[in-house]
Amino acid sequence: MLNKYPTWKNVLILFVVILGFLYSVPNIYPDDEAIQVTTDSLTLSESDMETVITALEAAQVQFFGNEFSEENILIRFNSVDEQLIAKTAIEEALTDDYIVALNLAPTIPGWLRAIGAGKMNLGLDLQGGVHFLMEVDMEAALGRRMEDNLSNVRSILREERIRTRGTNVVDNSHLEIRFANSEMRSEARSVLLENFTDLQFQNRDSGNLSILDMRTPPDVVLQVQRDTLQANRTTILSRVDALGVAEPTVQQQGADRIVVELPGVQDPAQAIRFLQRIATLEFHLEAEPGASPASYTTYSNPDGLLVDVDNEVILQGDRISNVRSTLDQNGLPQVQINLDAQGGNQINRVTRDNVGRMMDILLSETRSRTITGFDDGGNEIEEVEFYEEKRLISHATIRTALPRTFVITGLTAREANDLSELIRSGSLAAPMTIVEQSVIGPTMGRENLEAGFRGVLVASVLVLIFMLFYYRVFGLAANTALIMNILLIFAVMSTLIPATLTLPGIVGIVLTVGMAVDANVLIFTRIREELGNGMPPQQAIDAGYNRAFTTIFDANLTTFLVAVVLFTIGTGPVKGFSVTLMIGIITSMFTAIVGTRALVNVIYGGRDIQKISIGSYGHLLSKKSGVEAA
Amino acid sequence: MLLGREIDFMGVRKIAAAISGLLVIVSFMALFVKSLQFGLDFTAGTSVRLSYSDTVILNEVNATLLSNSYEDAVVVSFGSDREIRVVLPVDEGVEVGDQASQAALVGDSIAALLNENSASEVTLLGSDYVSAKVGEELAEQGGLGMLVALAIIMVYIAVRFQFKFSVGAVAALAHDVVITLGIFSIFGIEFNLNTLAALLAIIGYSLNDTIVVSDRIRENFRRMRKGTPIEMVNVSLNQTLSRTLITSFTTLLVLFSVLLIGGETTQGFAIALIIGVVVGTYSSIYVASNVILYMNVTREDLMIPLKEGADLDALP
Repeated sequence: MLNKYPTWKNVLILFVVILGFLYSVPNIYPDDEAIQVTTDSLTLSESDMETVITALEAAQVQFFGNEFSEENILIRFNSVDEQLIAKTAIEEALTDDYIVALNLAPTIPGWLRAIGAGKMNLGLDLQGGVHFLMEVDMEAALGRRMEDNLSNVRSILREERIRTRGTNVVDNSHLEIRFANSEMRSEARSVLLENFTDLQFQNRDSGNLSILDMRTPPDVVLQVQRDTLQANRTTILSRVDALGVAEPTVQQQGADRIVVELPGVQDPAQAIRFLQRIATLEFHLEAEPGASPASYTTYSNPDGLLVDVDNEVILQGDRISNVRSTLDQNGLPQVQINLDAQGGNQINRVTRDNVGRMMDILLSETRSRTITGFDDGGNEIEEVEFYEEKRLISHATIRTALPRTFVITGLTAREANDLSELIRSGSLAAPMTIVEQSVIGPTMGRENLEAGFRGVLVASVLVLIFMLFYYRVFGLAANTALIMNILLIFAVMSTLIPATLTLPGIVGIVLTVGMAVDANVLIFTRIREELGNGMPPQQAIDAGYNRAFTTIFDANLTTFLVAVVLFTIGTGPVKGFSVTLMIGIITSMFTAIVGTRALVNVIYGGRDIQKISIGSYGHLLSKKSGVEAA
Repeated sequence: MLLGREIDFMGVRKIAAAISGLLVIVSFMALFVKSLQFGLDFTAGTSVRLSYSDTVILNEVNATLLSNSYEDAVVVSFGSDREIRVVLPVDEGVEVGDQASQAALVGDSIAALLNENSASEVTLLGSDYVSAKVGEELAEQGGLGMLVALAIIMVYIAVRFQFKFSVGAVAALAHDVVITLGIFSIFGIEFNLNTLAALLAIIGYSLNDTIVVSDRIRENFRRMRKGTPIEMVNVSLNQTLSRTLITSFTTLLVLFSVLLIGGETTQGFAIALIIGVVVGTYSSIYVASNVILYMNVTREDLMIPLKEGADLDALP
């Protein structure tokens, strides 16, 4: 029968509508202020939970909705003030192995969460914070690697007693070794080949010298770049994690960039200092007994022992070129530290004169705390500020004058592992430069969000009124589809694709609203036209939908292609816009074609009707065109 | 509601072609002579957003900055009469690695400076820093994106319709983009990453319009036995006119509400799209169809049954 959808199709549409509603509805639940406790190394136990609860009760903070798992503890609070008091209290109660972070906990009902419904992520422009785009200096990473290779080449040749006429790094992927004759060169070549499997070797003669070129092949260069980027990302990630900022973003972008977004953070200068710090590790000597109290600071070592550490830094952590946790010849765990040439000289000079004294390693970490203030409008605003916290991670006796490579022993396997991890997180694999930064104040973020949503709301209402006025009952169907479309976009962005809603994204949604009605306009004008040509209503509806489909399909597909291009090449606002545009095109095709058809079918389908309410089409009735229809 | 009678669109096709040509030439001239006023995203530098408790007098701000060794600062009002933006070029004397921290400090010092020298209270809303390298790359990416988008569209339309149609569509798109850029250049509207996104959206929108018209032209060429190409194009344009106007109207309705209440950040976006929609509506009527006619489109061009088209066109 004409204009009747089979039951299964109606049920399917209803199903999608219900899904759209369920998965978009979480966005109206506001978040609770919460604190999240996690730990890097240990699993959380019930006793940790008890410690936390005792601390909170002692601090007389109201809390609720405790959640406990082996990975994290989550506790909710009624206000920001209580959340902040609680953070301090919990931090004092737990040791440094735990990370206490401010967070926002969803209040979405359990059954909604059980079906995987969640909220959309808001971009930085909608909630305030700082955004950094950092570029990794790949040349420096390759250069450092070549320098390492060179010093290895030298020591291998020395061991093998092969004399060279000089070695040097030509550029970051090329080093050359000069020999007096080709026999020595081929001898060296066979030894080096075994040790440097990822380098390419080539012989070259220049004058009376025999030269051996060693080059990093392009695929290895690529691999080094990938590894470096990954290593830097991990380092940044661990620094950001230690900050306890809620929901930070640390993402790779392209071949050599990392995006860092810290919501709520307002002081970029401080954030930069902390993100870019290359050495967060300091080597000190233990204070001499009877030293003046002004010359040392007291720290407690991991075992709780109090240690007076001399304030003078004998070595900065940026002199460390490599660190590994290994086993010594007796199978006992140790941490092996390699220093660069300058660091080697430094440590050797100091330790030579201080054999028998204790050497201390301090890890300086930047942490954050939230302070509450008022903006000029008298609104309460939260700001995150950073402060430095130093702790003693190693306290060991100097047994001998230390060379460039030395080991820290007397550790458990776990301690050795943790220590090397900690040291490693203190230094980046390659230096980074901030190439783009933006700070969005919290007031501005809120204004953007409100203004954006007001825009969507007003635009939608205007379009709804126009459609209803112009297309009557059909306009009502189109309007229902339009509302459905917005719900579906929200549902997809909240659940299916973990997309972040940004301001350009909101504009994308607004534009979709404007363009989504286009499909309906095409269909409805076509139906009016067929009615004008004298077609009976039922046939006209069917013909309108069918004939307009090709056009709608072509038009949407090409626009979608444009959106894909935008998504692929674009970053930032261009990407945010293209994501919502793509989602909008797909959902609007469904709602505007299938959705309105179902409604129209329910209203008019399968009945004998003489007239349909689609606005006036009288002017089309006696149309005379200059061309005869076939 | 729209017009009950036929409009002879193609009767004025020569005049339309002349107007379009003129607009494109003027736009190109403006772009060459005046260039575009590139925003921070493309030029590199630091931009500081500030909010005043009372109306800002830009001259005073300029004077304060000038007498405090910020000679290169450009002050523009931003959204309302109480908000301004101070744009500073990259300081060549500072090493690339330190520019970001430098930029972060500049925001605070400018806010403090202006606060001291102004009767109203000045608060720092935020700041942005873009390095020269990123700026250049973005400009390249944007241009490349535009070309790739045009190429893909051209191929798609050539496959789906016919080569002459793809020339028409791409001509219309290029026409819209050039004229929109020309208007930006002539009126000195800032061109930033948001406007670039808008420009790409204009391609999408204008394309939408052009496809709808082309689709109808194809349909009429196949269905009608008699009539010259000009007559058939005219009929098609008249048949799609009401849809073209209604869609442009609803889109403009939406864009004006974004422009008026969507906040200053999205204003550039809305302006670019409004210009684009107006130009795009004109071009879908007068440019794409005109190019098709100038290329002597014939019935034979469209008579080869296109597989997808035939299937989709068939009545059940």
